[in-house]
Amino acid sequence: MQSIERAAAILRMLAGGTGRLGLGEIAASLDLAKGTTHGILRTLRHVGFVEQDRVSGRYQLGAAVLHLGDSHLDVNELRSRSINWADPLAARSGEAVRIGTVRQGRALVVHHVFRPDDTFQTLDTGTLLPLHATALGKVLLAYRAAEPPAELEAFTRRTVVSRRELATALDRVRTAGWGTEIEELTLGEAAIAAPIRGYGGLVVGAIGISGPVERLCDTRYRPHPRLVGHVRDAARAVSADLGAARH
Amino acid sequence: MTERFVVAIDQGTTSTRCIVFDRHGQLVSLAQQEHKQHFPRPGWVEHDAGEIWRNVERLAPLALQRAGITTGQVSAVGIANQRETTVLWDRRTGVPVGRAVVWQDTRTDGLVNTLAHAPGAAEVQERSGLPLATYFSGPRLNWILDHTPGLRDRAERGEVLFGTMETWLIWNLTGGLHVTDVTNASRTMLLDVRTLRWSPQACEFFGVPMAMLPEVRPSVAVFGRARSAFPGVRIGAALGDQQAALFGQTCFTPGEAKCTYGTGSFLLLHTGPELIRSTHGLLTTVAYQLAGEPAQYALEGSIAITGSLVQWFRDQLELISSAPEIETLARTVADNGGCYIVPAFSGLYAPHWRSEARGVIVGLTSYITKGHLARAVLEATAWQTREVVDAMNANSGLTLTTLKVDGGMTADNLLMQSVADVLDVPVVRPLASETVSLGAAYAAGLAVGYWSDLEDLRRNWHRAAQWMPAMEPAVRDREYGNWRRAVERTFDWITPA
Repeated sequence: MQSIERAAAILRMLAGGTGRLGLGEIAASLDLAKGTTHGILRTLRHVGFVEQDRVSGRYQLGAAVLHLGDSHLDVNELRSRSINWADPLAARSGEAVRIGTVRQGRALVVHHVFRPDDTFQTLDTGTLLPLHATALGKVLLAYRAAEPPAELEAFTRRTVVSRRELATALDRVRTAGWGTEIEELTLGEAAIAAPIRGYGGLVVGAIGISGPVERLCDTRYRPHPRLVGHVRDAARAVSADLGAARH
Repeated sequence: MTERFVVAIDQGTTSTRCIVFDRHGQLVSLAQQEHKQHFPRPGWVEHDAGEIWRNVERLAPLALQRAGITTGQVSAVGIANQRETTVLWDRRTGVPVGRAVVWQDTRTDGLVNTLAHAPGAAEVQERSGLPLATYFSGPRLNWILDHTPGLRDRAERGEVLFGTMETWLIWNLTGGLHVTDVTNASRTMLLDVRTLRWSPQACEFFGVPMAMLPEVRPSVAVFGRARSAFPGVRIGAALGDQQAALFGQTCFTPGEAKCTYGTGSFLLLHTGPELIRSTHGLLTTVAYQLAGEPAQYALEGSIAITGSLVQWFRDQLELISSAPEIETLARTVADNGGCYIVPAFSGLYAPHWRSEARGVIVGLTSYITKGHLARAVLEATAWQTREVVDAMNANSGLTLTTLKVDGGMTADNLLMQSVADVLDVPVVRPLASETVSLGAAYAAGLAVGYWSDLEDLRRNWHRAAQWMPAMEPAVRDREYGNWRRAVERTFDWITPA
């Protein structure tokens, strides 16, 4: 905990100062040993929060700090890294697969694999979906990858429009480790999604399947455990590829 | 009953993979190992064949272990390999003679120029269906025999054997069977592509003793049983990697085509049992041959630099930090801003075959940003595909109505949309990205009756994505005109010394 406080102090110093600071100046100002300070700076450099000038060896704030609010994983990178796991998910589940991440307060479809039945389907990569009315969106909300929209628009009479109900639903996603949406966006359609984690376990996206309610759910509107298993396996495989630790 | 599987060995340019497939053509497990690239001089590329075989021996049990299966559950093994790479080894000891000379190697540049003017050159090209180029094994074999003292004599006596990678692997797997398949043999310039036998004229032209050549077999046939790596398992197929991808895409009907987008890109059009001579800068090649049936042919358009242009943009220009970011950067602008990149890094392959061409960036103005350059990088792949498709259509009399794609670059949405736009046909990606391995597995499984027939395989093919053309015809025409003018500017750059 102490090292986190020290790291925060270093960042504040670099943010408040004018220009770059040397290791000696930082250590002296914070009354820390040079070795300790150097260790913290090295870790901060590793995560991109601090940069070191090649010539002078002095430190400054890194680009990653300035873009803390942005998604740190390139969406095309996310598609490229998940494509080998999205295909088997579509093959095993027999349903369409989508991968989503947060963009402009909505779920951006980063990748789409057709339902493998060779019927006519249109690629909807690049489409923005409502967060509160999709399984992908709920997973992204549950893990704080995004804030819920100010107004919860109703798409069907099953759409969750109350903030309290949404909070309960998101709690359930966190407990279960996966999310679902049943006729909340389109009548007759259901979806299952699970989180994709990047470095440090941070949720950077969600992967899921969608299709007719009668194929995804049993007669009591509960998603088939077999399908949930496939979705979670795919999410774990992509996460492992992205370098997430075990979750 | 225990479930059975088929294993593919995909011996590629940068790595070797063993992949286990199930009856639905779904990937069950994968084990992969890169091998060292040797660059002893500029333009030279070599592999250690011994290292590659050791990798296969190591990967085989690993792939089975990851699938949780035993050798006894493997119905057949199929091989797909990097083509044209040339291996020589001692028949008695099995030890390679020097390093394997890789398809990208251009050391035969001067030799190919000399041979082009030698008597019989036209006939050799006619018989093999290939233009004289550094790309193929024949000139390479000639070079090795000329530059290794005493080697030609040993080869005459049958002490030294030649093979492409599948021949080397089968030799080691079976403990001494010296065979090749028709698709790999058709890339040497030594095969008469019509009779599917070694051509004595071509062998004489390239100074290759016929005693060192492997026996030519159909691609889909039981070659023998493995003694190492997969002991007791039948080897059911061997195909060049691009032909394997055509098989994996189930292009079994004349007129069906696929394009594999990797480091380079290779468009193959199945033309059926009749051989079509290329008149438009394409290669006539064997697509596959099922045991006891006539060979099926293909026209091939080979593009040397596509994915490697993105790698160059990343590693040499350092404008992006990962290959997929090229799309992000390209999307920061609406169009190419009038800028075109023609990546003739080692000359141009199909349909131009200009070894003296070198790359250009044209249309530079102070308006151009790195975003425009990124666009131009992606468009270069799209337009090179268009040139090859135009040649295919003109050559075959068939009109391509849809393009099946595979390979790593199909993850780039903007590129796939560009390909659909410039070709003006839908572009379709199947639900199996590993088509090279899948093709080898399909062929091997077919040979041993794991799958019953080609229709059985076709049922496993499903569409995973489709990009529809959406470019204004006037824009397409104007851009294609600009691209062609840019290509002309690459010609005649390298002047004879």
